[in-house]
Amino acid sequence: MPAPQTEAVPEPGRIVLDARDVARALTRISHEILERNKGARDLVLLGIPSRGVPLAERIGAKIAAVEGVEVPVGSLDVTMYRDDLRLKPARTLLHTEIPADLDGRTVVLVDDVLFSGRTIRAALDALTEIGRPAAVRLAVLVDRGHRELPIRADFVGKNLPTSLVERVRVTVAEIDGDDSVTIQERGGS
Amino acid sequence: MKRHLLSAADLSRDDAELVLATAAEMRALADRPIKKLPALRGRTVVNLFFEDSTRTRISFEAAAKRLSADVINFSAKGSSLSKGESLKDTALTLEAMGADAVVVRHGASGAPHRLAHSGWVHSSVVNAGDGTHEHPTQALLDAFTMWRHLAPQKGQSLDGHRVAVVGDVLHSRVARSNALLLQTLGAEVTLVAPPTLLPVGVDTWGVETSYDLDAVLPKADVVMMLRVQRERMNGGFFPTPREYSRRYGLDGRRMATLQDHAIVMHPGPMVRGMEISADVADSDRSVIVEQVTNGVAVRMAVLYLLLSGSDDTPTPEGDDA
Repeated sequence: MPAPQTEAVPEPGRIVLDARDVARALTRISHEILERNKGARDLVLLGIPSRGVPLAERIGAKIAAVEGVEVPVGSLDVTMYRDDLRLKPARTLLHTEIPADLDGRTVVLVDDVLFSGRTIRAALDALTEIGRPAAVRLAVLVDRGHRELPIRADFVGKNLPTSLVERVRVTVAEIDGDDSVTIQERGGS
Repeated sequence: MKRHLLSAADLSRDDAELVLATAAEMRALADRPIKKLPALRGRTVVNLFFEDSTRTRISFEAAAKRLSADVINFSAKGSSLSKGESLKDTALTLEAMGADAVVVRHGASGAPHRLAHSGWVHSSVVNAGDGTHEHPTQALLDAFTMWRHLAPQKGQSLDGHRVAVVGDVLHSRVARSNALLLQTLGAEVTLVAPPTLLPVGVDTWGVETSYDLDAVLPKADVVMMLRVQRERMNGGFFPTPREYSRRYGLDGRRMATLQDHAIVMHPGPMVRGMEISADVADSDRSVIVEQVTNGVAVRMAVLYLLLSGSDDTPTPEGDDA
């Protein structure tokens, strides 16, 4: 089974956000979600695997700390809904866990990097088959631009103008051992 | 994974565990309001059934439809197959129709292998039971059911679990596929049958054999009962059904000797009163109905892994690579 990439080799690259920057960004996103939603009522957080899930859990914990309300947190695998499914070898499915009935609630999708927007398109398709939320919002840790679809994020940790030859790499403690965002020149890996 | 699923022996441990993990995600779909995924939209799956098998066919049909594939059912009765058409001509017809996967059930052992390796078709071939040879998706769904009951935590395996397969092993493709797959997954398999119903060469399977059901039951984590396939029997394999049932049938008394966590399985169709008594079949330990549910999830996983990728562009020379 393809394990999550946990190679500990420190790849060369420019660190854009360190662990404390990531924590601050998530705190701000949590507050913005609460402000926009006027509280934690009817919120559901869905992380997109693999790294969106721990980010969603942390946002959920921060919201619980501020509002004293447990917000349902789950995960939404979009593999089956990707538009490039036929172009690549069969992909491993990741875990989907819908923690609550989505009908009439506000769903906040959480992902690490917003790039072409195709993953989010797939996530929106997946959501329509699971329920009918009152609204769907998008929170990302990094928005690196280069959108290929008319999709934008509602809550952004950091806007990171990049060139297409660069790679943005996000690590999270739960999967990779530490929190960071780095920019690498493509070609190294 | 390879392009075809012909034998449980084709699956490495990684392949088999990938199927089980994928099936676990597919099974969660059963709890959703819309039980459909778009992964195989525009693909065509042909169910080619030379032998009657309603349960396997509808299981594959449900699996393909839940993945949004188009399904064509082709059964021997009432088609050109009963008019004397050869396997080759049937295959060429399917190829001309543009099938992406062919699910084959055939009375002759090796027919799916012939279909896959003859160059007649470029589609993926899934063996849905050939003669007395193999039935790999049944073995996968059995392994998946055991996995869910005996290794509930993620990442746990069937290593060291003991599985007793009891009954007409000689005529059972399920037994052979299970023996192969369960050993790949690390389980210990014991085949229990009267000497007349164990196949020649069973000693090369790498499994234990026993003639004594009562000695095996207290150690087993899983008991899998097999149907006595009287339609494949010509000759006497045991004196009377009653004697068979007394020595190799699972009844309430025998079930009481099982360990507390042990489960009872049956690939179906079962004959109550013969290899399994009604009170056992309906007991809490019986996971027979769950096996059917799991069958759809496992077949979805197999079709997804065989068909969703891109490397199904036919290679001009052979596809064993």
